Amino acid sequence: MHRRIFVRSGALALVTLGLSPYFLRRTAFAAELPRARRGKVLVCLFQRGAADALNVVVPHAERAYYRLRPTIGIARPSRSDAASALDLDGFFGLHPSLQGLERLYRDGLLAPIHAVGSPSATRSHFDAQDYMESGTPDLKSTRDGWLNRYLAVSGTCEACEPTPFRAVAMAAQTPRILDGPAPAVAMSSLGEFRVRGTGTSIDRLEALYRTGSADLVHASGQEMFEAIKLLKSADPARHAPRNGAAYPRSQFAQRLREIAQLIRSDVGMEVAFADVGGWDTHVNQGGGTGQLATRLRDFGDSVSAFVTDLGDRMDDVVILTMSEFGRMARQNGTGGTDHGHAGAMFVIGTQVQGGRVHGRWPGLEPEQLHEGRDLALTTDFRAVFSEVLQRHLGASDLSRIFPGYDSHRLDWPGVLRPG
Amino acid sequence: MPLPPRRLALASFVLLGTIAAALGAPPAHAGQTAQPLQPARGDARARPGSERELSVDEQARHVLNRLAFGARPGETARVEAMGVDRWIAEQLQPERINDRAMDAVLARYATQSLDAGELLRAFPRPAAIAAQARIRADSSAERVDSTALRQAGRQNRQFVAELMSARVARAVGSERQLQEVMTDFWLNHFSVFVGKGQLRYFLPEYERETIRPHTLGTFRDLLGAVAKSPAMLHYLDNALSVSDSTSPTLATRDEANRQRRVQGAIQRRAASMSEADRARVEALQARRPKGLNENYARELLELHTLGVDGGYTQHDIVEVARALTGWTVRPPRAGAPEFMFNRGAHDAGEKLVLGTRLKAGRGIEDGESVLDLLAGHPSTAQFIARKLVVRFVSDSPPPALVERAAATFRRTDGDLREVVRTIVTSPEFFSRDAYGTKVKSPFEVVVSAARALGAQPDTTAVSALLVARLGQPIYGHQAPDGWPETGDAWMNTGAILQRINFGLSVAANRMPGARPRAWSAYAGLRAAPRDGQVAAVIDAFLGGRASAETREILSSGENPFLERQVDSAAAMSDEELLQGMAAGARANGVGGAGGAGPPPDENNRRTPPRPLYQSTADRRAALRNGVLSSPTTLTGLDQVIGLALGSPEFQRR
Repeated sequence: MHRRIFVRSGALALVTLGLSPYFLRRTAFAAELPRARRGKVLVCLFQRGAADALNVVVPHAERAYYRLRPTIGIARPSRSDAASALDLDGFFGLHPSLQGLERLYRDGLLAPIHAVGSPSATRSHFDAQDYMESGTPDLKSTRDGWLNRYLAVSGTCEACEPTPFRAVAMAAQTPRILDGPAPAVAMSSLGEFRVRGTGTSIDRLEALYRTGSADLVHASGQEMFEAIKLLKSADPARHAPRNGAAYPRSQFAQRLREIAQLIRSDVGMEVAFADVGGWDTHVNQGGGTGQLATRLRDFGDSVSAFVTDLGDRMDDVVILTMSEFGRMARQNGTGGTDHGHAGAMFVIGTQVQGGRVHGRWPGLEPEQLHEGRDLALTTDFRAVFSEVLQRHLGASDLSRIFPGYDSHRLDWPGVLRPG
Repeated sequence: MPLPPRRLALASFVLLGTIAAALGAPPAHAGQTAQPLQPARGDARARPGSERELSVDEQARHVLNRLAFGARPGETARVEAMGVDRWIAEQLQPERINDRAMDAVLARYATQSLDAGELLRAFPRPAAIAAQARIRADSSAERVDSTALRQAGRQNRQFVAELMSARVARAVGSERQLQEVMTDFWLNHFSVFVGKGQLRYFLPEYERETIRPHTLGTFRDLLGAVAKSPAMLHYLDNALSVSDSTSPTLATRDEANRQRRVQGAIQRRAASMSEADRARVEALQARRPKGLNENYARELLELHTLGVDGGYTQHDIVEVARALTGWTVRPPRAGAPEFMFNRGAHDAGEKLVLGTRLKAGRGIEDGESVLDLLAGHPSTAQFIARKLVVRFVSDSPPPALVERAAATFRRTDGDLREVVRTIVTSPEFFSRDAYGTKVKSPFEVVVSAARALGAQPDTTAVSALLVARLGQPIYGHQAPDGWPETGDAWMNTGAILQRINFGLSVAANRMPGARPRAWSAYAGLRAAPRDGQVAAVIDAFLGGRASAETREILSSGENPFLERQVDSAAAMSDEELLQGMAAGARANGVGGAGGAGPPPDENNRRTPPRPLYQSTADRRAALRNGVLSSPTTLTGLDQVIGLALGSPEFQRR
């Protein structure tokens, strides 16, 4: 029997077992490799722990900034000072560790958005990450993540071959943002996505799942072995970094490198996710150098290496960075910053209206601060997510992806060129 | 108070089997509840023994798969010998089962008997340490050594690793198996997340004092214990929920005046403070609760009691939230962080909850009345009964059984022991349709593998890490709905791959305590013909259930198989997982940079409890010895075991 027909008829048998139609859909992977395909890809990068947006995208023309941050403030741009801000537009500058990103900005590929984030007033990491990933601020009962809702709502195009790698999290476990009914694969690394044995053992184990029973477990197993074969034949590891891209040696860089390999391998990936921690800088975060500077260097160098590596393929890709909230405008008593409110995001890609800072700047004078202490919010993160999903991935049903949010184009920050 | 001495070595461990054998003679009281078991009142259809489609052997295997985490070597025969119904009756009375061997193992977990206050003292949270450092920095301009703080900050989460380790160890080793199954069920029903704020400090208490004592008690008691637990109050924010300014509170005039005086004093003091101090005071003030928080009320109705279609409205949610205002956790400076009712935060107005009027001017009774209403509501009986039937019987729960279990719930005022008895003695439970059809959760996969091997409980963090690796980190479910009880959610591409690799790792002797070579049948089978090995492995690991094809594939060939492969990427992710698991940091990524560690605490002169892993080197050693690194060559019996653990049959119970 043709394998593909087998899998499909097996899936049909599942109906009689009372299984969900959703499962039916995802068991219908082709046994033969799908045609090579190129589609749009969204890469979401989560900086967990609340990155200090005011030291990432520095408002160096704000006098209040230096008043609020006498020892950790990033110095005004100066050619003679390597620890000073990298000027963007005479008002904002990037942290000096972000030279890689500055280059992308100059090339028009990078659009920072400032004063963006969750309208929720929470300063809890847990709650704020939860909201940023569920896409429903202040509503905890949401069970799925917004990226998963996008996948579920938009389905797969009729003409496309289904792929197990439509959504990939380079993470040990499926992140909240990808939780939900649509299938998503989580893996710590590409090398890990294999049966840890040799050819005969894999054959033997595969045979165990092909024994004629058409149930949930067997179907999942078959699906998994197909996925492994697909990945093996696509052989992402053969894609060495191109264009002289130099990835740092961190785990985060490694994961970005593997996301680039997956993109180049044409396995049908539409959504990729990776996260990186260490942003919760309450103590001694440093200024132009120090703890946060080190973090940012790895972050910026990893992202810019990824963009360099993909080269022309960036035409298909948009990178979206996020962090659960910003940090207090005023530095604290231990050379760090406490939990704040609005933050900053980067949107990167060739379709991006780069080379300028987006979002309305609310100012840092006492009366301009949120609750007298934090950067105020002027852009709802859902406006950014909506714009990216619609303009880049062609999502149509935004009200189902962000229930309770009335997404008006007028609210969108305009970081992407209308398609 | 001296802490129990720690003994990490497993050498002195008393074989649980010995105790189990000694238990073979029933305690005097057991005879009263066993053989023949009286049918529950008004539930003649549930008469045990009648209408059962399964053979006695199958019944024994079935109860060990559903009321326990799988059979240990020889246990199926033991249950058959004592009688399936008597075994069930015994398991329904866990307090009468001798579990001394397990208690001895648990005594090695130094931190698990501590309450939240003691844990906070022994393992101060980074924020508190940072605050202390801040005070020092102000007074003496002393620099904070962030490297040292980071290191200590990692250590301060190790008690969480112990808690997770103990969960797995008990499920593997306890004789009170149904108690462990019910603990798993209720901890999941009343799910909380380790990564939220300081919740981790409340977790040992939550499991020990909130959930465990009530797993087979009455639902109202369990619900009440959860409602008053600092863990849940914190997780779903009820601790922050205060009366809206428009509603009267129960604060006396004196209390209100005092509150005003305090606020006035703060304002005056702030005027003369430095800018940095004023910022801190403002930050603290900003954190003061400002109004009603409906979070707990919503989940209480939707997830804990009535169910989403249980017949309540948004208005009911608000009214329940109002009734529960003032149910909070005592602030640390006011003593041990435990439940307290804050009159000043309680909305004293009249409420209308599910059609029942709660008079104005009442206090904590409002919340108690709400819990009474919910626990006694027919939708709750239906919702809980259905979820238990899904857990014990089938993902497609037979409506008639759900109805009978709900009837027992209503008739007994939510006596969970009787509800479970109705379910697990029913013909539907012992039906062909139910047999071997539930998909195991990752927790069940790991624990049942260890039990099948006759493993000793693993007091390292490794088994808990394996559970996390398979996709179910303990206390790691972020959303309040808990892990799914049905199989489709557990079966997907990544999950099945992890399960297969898990089986190969176990067969390659990678799971502490659960080494194939320690399996009692191992020595005898080692030189046996392949068919004999396969038969024994299918009997022990697959509950005797295997398709003809599976049998054939296990029996075929003797090919050298599974070569050693170095996989540094996987090893790295294991290390990361170990850290992340202990910290709940995967989800939050917080406390890393500028995190902090415990300074010597002047008020706490006793030695802090020693966590399982003192250092990164310890963790690395554990990884080298144990975890998920690639299997070495598997041949012969090991190979059969590896294939069996990776087979579709092992994924079910």
